[in-house]
Amino acid sequence: MSNGPLQIKAISGHAGPVPGRDASRDYDVCKLVDVTTCIGCKACEVACLEWNGYPFRETVFDNTYQTMPDLAWNYYNLIRFDEHVAEDGTLSWLMRKDQCMHCADPGCLLACPADGAIVQYSNGIVDFQQEHCIGCQYCVTGCPFNIPKFNKETKKVHKCTLCSDRVGAGLEPACIKACPTGCLHFGSKDDMKELAETRVRQLHEHSSHKNAGVYDPAGVGGTHVIYVLHDKDHPERYGGLPKDPQIPLLVRLWKGPLKWLGNIAIAAGIIGVATHYLRFGPKRAEEETKGEPK
Amino acid sequence: MSAASDVRPSGATGEIERYTFRERVMHWFTGITYLYCLATGLAFYSPHLYWLASVLGGGATSRFWHPILGVVFLMGTLWMNNFWHRDMEMTETDRRWLDRVEHYMANRDDLLPSQERFNAGQKLFYWLMLYGALLLLLTGFFLWVPEYIPRQAAWVRPLAVLLHEIAALATIGGFIIHIYMGVFFVPGSMTAITTGWVSRAWARTHHRLWYLRVTGSPPPQE
Repeated sequence: MSNGPLQIKAISGHAGPVPGRDASRDYDVCKLVDVTTCIGCKACEVACLEWNGYPFRETVFDNTYQTMPDLAWNYYNLIRFDEHVAEDGTLSWLMRKDQCMHCADPGCLLACPADGAIVQYSNGIVDFQQEHCIGCQYCVTGCPFNIPKFNKETKKVHKCTLCSDRVGAGLEPACIKACPTGCLHFGSKDDMKELAETRVRQLHEHSSHKNAGVYDPAGVGGTHVIYVLHDKDHPERYGGLPKDPQIPLLVRLWKGPLKWLGNIAIAAGIIGVATHYLRFGPKRAEEETKGEPK
Repeated sequence: MSAASDVRPSGATGEIERYTFRERVMHWFTGITYLYCLATGLAFYSPHLYWLASVLGGGATSRFWHPILGVVFLMGTLWMNNFWHRDMEMTETDRRWLDRVEHYMANRDDLLPSQERFNAGQKLFYWLMLYGALLLLLTGFFLWVPEYIPRQAAWVRPLAVLLHEIAALATIGGFIIHIYMGVFFVPGSMTAITTGWVSRAWARTHHRLWYLRVTGSPPPQE
């Protein structure tokens, strides 16, 4: 969080310790989504639309509580709803707030060819700069979470900004502010991980969710949005959250070795023909013979 | 009507018409559309060449026109194929010529079999560009409108990009040699493809079988 110097150190006439005095004020931020306390109210969806100035969209009824099938270019944040029947026959409603995960190793940024269209801030937020976006949608190809969404009219790609405009001013993201159950938390990555682990211990000790755990996938270098899941071994039950997300290998090949091989081949080709000219020179036609052809 | 039969020796100047007006238009039509796709494609290929997109109207503009001009390029290539594919078929002589291509590179053409209207190298370049263009369009289609690829088929996306770049690099390799040979290595080629005319000596040196055919001379005894 960027309000480090304005962190309250002492309070006059205040009984007890200063709230949050020992909280970490590292610059890398994190959103913690505790799906075990999400009630699917969608206040976060509304807050997201309001802050970003998008109109509410028509909902699509699919016999569940999910607002619509997928995220949209002007809908960054969607509660994914799944019904899960456990082995013992008990039914549970799984609700997960789906949005950009703000990967530490972002596949969208790796795949993007446009100078300045995607930036990663030092606080961990990965942000799209639409004025530099060329609409190629390589970011969609690079993203293991299927997050960026294309606006067919403007030919620009959009996704959750983690409210970089609010966070830059020392505020929490809009969704955090709207959450009524406290299932959403925002702070430094260290604090959120600690809070998540505390909640996981609580679930282990006081509930039947013995396999509860934190979702902070290492395959993309960790994320700046982390989840507490009832069952950390089955993230795919929550609307297809990938178990081990990775930037696609073909994207790494294309952005890594192939670039270098290609660059070397092109340079070698140009140097090769130039050297050939110096060595052998032009191919001259025979002398023109006067008179009869042949 | 086959393209070769359009070509007539010119009695007046002693020069020979190598490329008809239609062939020259075909060549420069595909050449210029290829160059546009090359420049914008290289801009997307490498951050160090992104300035090419800026010069050509910006990244978004280049992204918009690159696939359209790509289709136009392929249409030009198919148009060309309609007139040239027969001239471009590989023959036994071509294979013998390719076996000894190092003599061609070393300017020892006397050690090589005489060539028809196009030599084996030109034919190889022709087929490289034709099949390259087809592969580029096939893979490029997925890059053009990826928003219509369903999530279940998402694996197609990176594969298409990879194949698109490999195909592009293959054509670039041919293109470098093509430019080098046309502009530097074989003097007279540039005049031939712009004005259409070559000297008799040029035709006799580089394409003797073709020269003998269009001048109505008897074929050589080998």
